[in-house]
Amino acid sequence: MKEETPILEVKQLHTHFFTKAGVVKAVDGVHFDIKPGETLGIVGESGSGKSITAMSIMRLIPSPPGKIVDGQVLFKGENLLNKSEKQMRKIRGKEISMIFQDPMTSLNPVFTIEKQMVETILVHENLNKQQARNRAVELLELVGIPEARGRLKNYPHEFSGGMRQRVMIAMALACNPEVLIADEPTTALDVTIQAQILELLAKLQKELGMAIIMITHDLGVVSEVCDRVMVMYAGKPVEYTDKKSLFKQPKHPYTLGLMNSIPKISAKKEKLEAIEGLPPDLRALPGGCSFAPRCSQATEICLTTDPVLIEHGNNHHVRCLLYEEETEKVVSE
Amino acid sequence: MVKYILRRLVMLIPVLLGVSILTFSLIHLIPGDPAKSMLGEKSTESQLEQLREELGLNDPYIVQYGRFAGSILQGDLGESVKSKEDISIEIMNRLPATMELTVFAMVLAISIGILAGVIAAVKQYSWFDNLSMTGALFGVSLPIFWLGLMMIWFFSVQLNILPASGRISNNIELNSITNFYLLDSIITGNWAAFKDVLSHLIMPGVALGTIPMAIIARMTRSSMLEVMKQDYIRTANAKGLARHLIVFQHALKNAFLPVLTVIGLQFGLLLGGAVLTETIFSWPGIGRYVYLAVMGRDYPVVQSTILIIAVIFVIVNLITDILYKYFDPRISYD
Repeated sequence: MKEETPILEVKQLHTHFFTKAGVVKAVDGVHFDIKPGETLGIVGESGSGKSITAMSIMRLIPSPPGKIVDGQVLFKGENLLNKSEKQMRKIRGKEISMIFQDPMTSLNPVFTIEKQMVETILVHENLNKQQARNRAVELLELVGIPEARGRLKNYPHEFSGGMRQRVMIAMALACNPEVLIADEPTTALDVTIQAQILELLAKLQKELGMAIIMITHDLGVVSEVCDRVMVMYAGKPVEYTDKKSLFKQPKHPYTLGLMNSIPKISAKKEKLEAIEGLPPDLRALPGGCSFAPRCSQATEICLTTDPVLIEHGNNHHVRCLLYEEETEKVVSE
Repeated sequence: MVKYILRRLVMLIPVLLGVSILTFSLIHLIPGDPAKSMLGEKSTESQLEQLREELGLNDPYIVQYGRFAGSILQGDLGESVKSKEDISIEIMNRLPATMELTVFAMVLAISIGILAGVIAAVKQYSWFDNLSMTGALFGVSLPIFWLGLMMIWFFSVQLNILPASGRISNNIELNSITNFYLLDSIITGNWAAFKDVLSHLIMPGVALGTIPMAIIARMTRSSMLEVMKQDYIRTANAKGLARHLIVFQHALKNAFLPVLTVIGLQFGLLLGGAVLTETIFSWPGIGRYVYLAVMGRDYPVVQSTILIIAVIFVIVNLITDILYKYFDPRISYD
């Protein structure tokens, strides 16, 4: 692992939504950092707070009802949560960019690719229109779109899904961002196209050196591209470590459950192991550990005591009472 | 594109054929004797016979229709039973007045309606949203004639700041070139006339524009609310674009299609349907012309005017359809 100072540090981030039906604690104590050139995976099921974490970093939480109630987002040492909207606009798309899940709907259908790329470049860079157009062509070539110059005048509906995601990536890279947040960038694509996009991202990262936050629910994606991983459940990080230890020694019962629910080619079992139950209602979280009601290893105490994220082993963080007790034992002995 | 327009123009033929048959039938669908209903109960048999002869009412329907359609194709709309004036000329004289009023009303309706709709959507549930949408509800519910009369009472009678009727004051000289007075006064640089014409336009323009304005505002709001939730708006935000670019370019262009449909329909309706407004404000346009013709049972005039209004309506809709392509490139005309 690279021994550099982190480019982005998220500290104890809490983003809540204040709805009529109650307070939804969508992100509740997320804590991670990422170094230049590194890829961090954020894994979790729908509603675990992955995307809200990303939107919080970008300060794009719809408010009301959403509000970042606590925490820090340090980008190059500066807290983004203290920036004005105007200052944030200069960071979005230039220093921190984002690509989204569905390339079909993420591009504006009524504008040409050229217009959508050039406007981004013009907002952030001191270029004239012609230069911006040339830059757009360069970018499209970079992401592997054939006949890039000719395709500038096309509309999004004239591209295939994979090509559109390439356009999205080109647009996100327009101003050489230092952090790229990829929010499930391959979920909506065919498997073969998924692999192409992941390869492209890895290649671009090598060339351009940006840090990537890869949000996904797919552990396969994590195993392919990530250096470190944060597993989220019900708005909280439950396990946070490097990829190797995660796959070698998953600690949290939820991570274990996720791993077991991946079909294996070698396995002879016909039925997949699934995690029983449903994710909790974020408006009314259970008193103890949020995962306790679904956890096969839960004991009495899990229902009443909420665990904290502790370091258990070298740089391996886990949020589970199973390990808290063990650590205490270690400490007391 | 050219192909599409040509095809649409060809498709106009059956539509106009239908309209012409309907307007032609009008005169025969009136209960009783058309000649009698035009001349009145006290007419003598010789007068009636003379009119029947004049209008060719004694011929078989098919011959009558052939004559009617034939003369329309030559641009001859016949003459008024009452004044004996050539109807084509009369309509051409009045059309600019109606067009000017309609365009003025629609410019008001579109600019204020869209702006209010956009702001209401962006600031959903704010005081502006509540106020403008309540206003819009009033706008669609108000009867035009009541609004017109109230404005005349208030601005003309009480405050005496706006003229109650007509297009231009008697003491103002204006060289007419296009018959669009506002345009004429600009072309000739006649600012006294410009001011006068504008003051005449305000009240009928507001009366006529209120309903479309309200409909456009509500349509814009709901369409914008829908669009602002879309993924590409999130993308635009994530790119660091300024708020006004996102709202007025990225969102509005997407939200505009349903609004454009409403604008096209309302524009067509206003061109033909300014009857009430033109009557209240004594506006010398086709609305008032057709009103006077109906009151005077001048059926040839009614027939011809309805035909012209239908043609305008169809053309406005054709233009609307062509404009769709500009706002949504996904629409294919092939």
